[in-house]
Amino acid sequence: MTSSRATFFHYLGSHRLQLLVGVCLAAGSSVAAVVPPRFIGEIIDSLQSPQAKFDDVLHLALLIVLFAGIEAVLRAGARYVMLDASRKAEYSMRNDLFAHLQRMHLAYFQHQRIGDLMARMTNDLTWVRQMMGPGIMQGSFTVMVFTFSVLSMISVSLKLTVIALILMPLASLTFWYIGRTVHLRFERLQAQFGDMSTKAQENFSGIRVVKAFSQEDAETKDFAKVNHEYFDRAVSLSAMQGLIWPSISFILGIAVLSVLYVGGQDAIRGELSIGALVQFVAYLYLLQMPMINIGWISNMFQAGWASLGRLQEIFSAVPKIIDPIDPVTAPIKGEVEFRGVSFAYGQTIELHDISFKVPAGGSLAIVGPTGSGKSTVVNLIPRLFDVQQGEVLIDGIDIRRRPLEQLRRAVGYVPQETFLFSVPLRENVGFGLDEKLTDPQLDWAGDVSQLNKDVEDFPARYDTMIGERGVTLSGGQKQRAAIARAVAKDPRILILDDALSAVDTYTEAEILRRMRGVMRDRTSIVVAHRISTVKDADEILVLDDGRVVERGSHRGLLEHGGLYAQMYRRQLLEEELEVDEEREEHEKRVKAQSDEGPPLGMRPRLGGIGGEP
Amino acid sequence: MHGGGGSGRGSFDEDEILGKAYDARLMRRLLGYLRPYRGLVIVGLLIILGLSFTEAAPPVIAKFIVDNAIAPAVNGQIGIDEGLARLAPLGFAYITVLVLSSGLRYGQNILANYVGQKAMYDLRVQLFAHLQGLSLTFFDRNPVGRLMTRITNDIDALTDMVTQGVVAIFGDILVIGTIAIVLLVLDFRLALVTFAALPLLIWLTMYFRRIMRDSFRSIRIRLARINAYLNENLSGMAIVQLFTREGAAFRQFDDLNTDLLNANRGQIRAMSMFFPAVGFTRAATSAALFVAGGFWILKGEMTIGTLLAFWQLVDRFFQPIGDLAEKYNIMQAAMASSERVFRLLDTKATIVDPPHPRELAHVRGEITFENVSFAYNEGDWVLRDVNFKISAAESVAIVGATGAGKTSIISLISRFYDVQKGRILLDGVDLRDLRQQDVRRHVGVVLQDPFIFAGTVASNIRLNNEAISDQQVRAAATFVNADKFIERLPQSYDTVVTERGSTLSVGQKQLLAFARAIAFNPEILLVLDEATSSVDTETEHLIQDALAKLMVGRTSIIIAHRLSTIQNVDRIIVLHKGRVVEIGTHRDLLAQRGVYHRLYELQYRAHESESPMKSA
Repeated sequence: MTSSRATFFHYLGSHRLQLLVGVCLAAGSSVAAVVPPRFIGEIIDSLQSPQAKFDDVLHLALLIVLFAGIEAVLRAGARYVMLDASRKAEYSMRNDLFAHLQRMHLAYFQHQRIGDLMARMTNDLTWVRQMMGPGIMQGSFTVMVFTFSVLSMISVSLKLTVIALILMPLASLTFWYIGRTVHLRFERLQAQFGDMSTKAQENFSGIRVVKAFSQEDAETKDFAKVNHEYFDRAVSLSAMQGLIWPSISFILGIAVLSVLYVGGQDAIRGELSIGALVQFVAYLYLLQMPMINIGWISNMFQAGWASLGRLQEIFSAVPKIIDPIDPVTAPIKGEVEFRGVSFAYGQTIELHDISFKVPAGGSLAIVGPTGSGKSTVVNLIPRLFDVQQGEVLIDGIDIRRRPLEQLRRAVGYVPQETFLFSVPLRENVGFGLDEKLTDPQLDWAGDVSQLNKDVEDFPARYDTMIGERGVTLSGGQKQRAAIARAVAKDPRILILDDALSAVDTYTEAEILRRMRGVMRDRTSIVVAHRISTVKDADEILVLDDGRVVERGSHRGLLEHGGLYAQMYRRQLLEEELEVDEEREEHEKRVKAQSDEGPPLGMRPRLGGIGGEP
Repeated sequence: MHGGGGSGRGSFDEDEILGKAYDARLMRRLLGYLRPYRGLVIVGLLIILGLSFTEAAPPVIAKFIVDNAIAPAVNGQIGIDEGLARLAPLGFAYITVLVLSSGLRYGQNILANYVGQKAMYDLRVQLFAHLQGLSLTFFDRNPVGRLMTRITNDIDALTDMVTQGVVAIFGDILVIGTIAIVLLVLDFRLALVTFAALPLLIWLTMYFRRIMRDSFRSIRIRLARINAYLNENLSGMAIVQLFTREGAAFRQFDDLNTDLLNANRGQIRAMSMFFPAVGFTRAATSAALFVAGGFWILKGEMTIGTLLAFWQLVDRFFQPIGDLAEKYNIMQAAMASSERVFRLLDTKATIVDPPHPRELAHVRGEITFENVSFAYNEGDWVLRDVNFKISAAESVAIVGATGAGKTSIISLISRFYDVQKGRILLDGVDLRDLRQQDVRRHVGVVLQDPFIFAGTVASNIRLNNEAISDQQVRAAATFVNADKFIERLPQSYDTVVTERGSTLSVGQKQLLAFARAIAFNPEILLVLDEATSSVDTETEHLIQDALAKLMVGRTSIIIAHRLSTIQNVDRIIVLHKGRVVEIGTHRDLLAQRGVYHRLYELQYRAHESESPMKSA
């Protein structure tokens, strides 16, 4: 499906039998619809004739009811079949869009705002369904009712048909003009709606400044101006829109009048029976519906096609991070190596020639100022992005040669910005598992991440709903839940991307101590700001501006006296400031919590991932 | 963020969907907005009354065409020429009614739209003005997205109701009544035959309406679920992919989607059957009319024209009855919207001007905090028992770690919030005894992230205050060193800027905010100037220089991150966990080797020494 047209026919085509049945039913009902006027005409004529019998009238009336019944049943059938097909098409389209989006790489979602994607998958999809369902349905009814009515009209009187339809070109031209103007004015109204929204949004977001400078009245006046323009445009739109219905009924009225007038003269002269005249007028009334619908249908197709184009943009987007053609499926042990990796995001180069190697079971820590590229390094390992230069290898094999799923299953990742789903906490923790999380697994993951003690306060413990419809977790609780989620996967490689920033120092130490046990034979890569988090790692990389500026052990880096040593000193000062009030509290907690935990002094703090230094 | 909510979340909320179609209290209040236009409303109602007659007229004229012209001529009661002659005036009457009907219909439409749009314009402005008066606590609690929905979409739904719902319902009822009378006058026996179909039609309408409403509701709920799920999964796509949950997530999505597909069935069935069923009822009624009419015509008690008039009037009679059901949806959406809009309008401002405000003839700019305690949320104290006095024209820096309560002090002096304990005095007068506007007129605030309004550079400096001339705008910009970058912009002071997609850098925005503050020439200056990372050295220098000039001759309270700034102020107030712990000059405080000393080492010295390192 490379074009809107192909997509359109693909989804229609998968229900072609249903649509064909629908069109046939619509044709049948349209044929049935043009029959009753003939009986009406006959009734009128028979009432005129001197040898009129009531039985004839009754007989004809029953025929009217019969055909109206047939028409109604066929019409209902056609409507149902076609509307149902469009709903099914919408269903498959929504599924396909979702599945396609799931295959898209992360950068796509950063580029394409979520709000915009949502709008496409809701509003645009609705418009496309409207086009495929009611649009096509009304379209086929309109064409067929029009065709059969006109054919029947001709069978009654060619002259009257010409008179009745002589206004048609004029009517079409009028509706075309009105439709176009309405469309333009509608766009203008929408644009103003956007301006009005922007004005309101700006005001609400900047309400502090508005209030600080006492701009409330001026802002209201300003808003009133934008609003008034909106009002003007809405009225000008309705001035045009309001023309549609009166002009339709006017043109139709003129047609009826002309037919009555000319036909009446014919009848008076005896060239046409009154019944035939009435029959003809009945056909004119049948034409009313198609005339009204033409504008509506063309709007529906215009809007639907534009929306389809926007959905096509999603379908046409190509996933950049995909499985290799010839994958290597050897089990992953966990050795991670960067070989001369450079990476650019857009125009800016984020990483310059980064190389390092973490043996399976080893630990690496990455520190550095904000924006130095720490997160970028760890994002490359599960292939959230692909490197542009150099290689990332796991067990000596380029990660791009591994099946994506195998690679990601081996990696436990705790992102910088915690994202939890609005499902019970238990499901969040077990998110990475194929089977349901068992209680022992949950308990273990909750212990490592120190989540268990928070959960005790929750209404339904691990079954507590997370998010707007449940409890709102604190930043630290969220991070711990995310850690539990990564740990529960039991990954070969664990990555923490600044994942302890909202956890207090005491809990951090507890988590790190437990993790050290868990990660004994696993690889861990930890990005952090706090020295306490990283000091026990086998190797520490100091990044600045996308380059490795220092590397080594905690002790070695302190002796080196560079950026790392400076960070360390700053953090000591920070702690001093904090510690006055918090020390006592902490010490109390330490005593209460565990006997095996070493006492928490002012510094150095506990922890770090990996073995003993 | 949980589940990646975001501002769009509200529209996926299941709770917002349901509502009743009619609520007398809300309706009365809504109609109140039409009161200023009652003249036009009355004209509109008269037009509708006229319309109901023109609606009924054409079939009646057609009756006379048949009965008085065609039939007698055909039957030979009158001559052909006489028949043709009678045809002409009737044709003229028909065309008159046609023109009249189209004109009235158009006029009615314009009028309804004008009045409805105007009334809702008033409501929208009223709502906006009301929101302007609400305190910051309200804005802290209500996301911008929600307020936006109220003032845009909800009011649009109300406009639809006023222009299409209320008027059309009234019109429909009048048309139904008028045609019913015409039917009775033409022939009461046939009228009764027609009315016999009414119970069936009404039952059909009610029946399908109920099905439609129920399935509409269940569809909306399922759609909301799908969209919430979709929104969450798109926002958390990285997590889904990292945890290889694509398959599971897709299956779940498919379940929701299938659920929606099934829920649609009811609606499709109802939608497929309703119109054909109504059409059939109409046809069956016509057939009954022909039988009954035929019976009486054959007995010579009725004319063919009357029968034909009935045949045409039945359509016009049934049409509005079916339409009434359709209006229900518009009403339902509008009732829910009006409830939300009115709830917002009924929100009381928590910070209000006193009934008898004190006037400050001349503001010196002395600020006193007396035992001030303050919490954004009850019990969660941000400031505890704060006491200090700042003399007129004195410059003071407030320092402290993040969360020490610095920003709150600035907000309290502007009276964005009211204190829970103690009081704040301006020139010895409690802020709460003054008009908010009076306080803020004398207090200039420069916020940390300067907000840029859509407009020009100049309009961002003068902020709708026409009293500030172009010259003053330029003078203000020049004074704070903003003139140079402004003059380099393509249209200089007339360059269009917006908050989002702004072409200005953070530093430039800050200079612009300085210019804004100085243009209003306040006696008291509050500057929130915490660490901003992305200011280049040249701009940084300009900002420092501007700040120094700004502080001269006015009471200045600065939350500073720049060492140069705190070194230049008269006094420093050190806040720690909501308490004032030290007050003094830079030198004195350093000598004390207390909290300030440590903060200084951490935030200022360490920062200064790290900068060259970073740029290296």
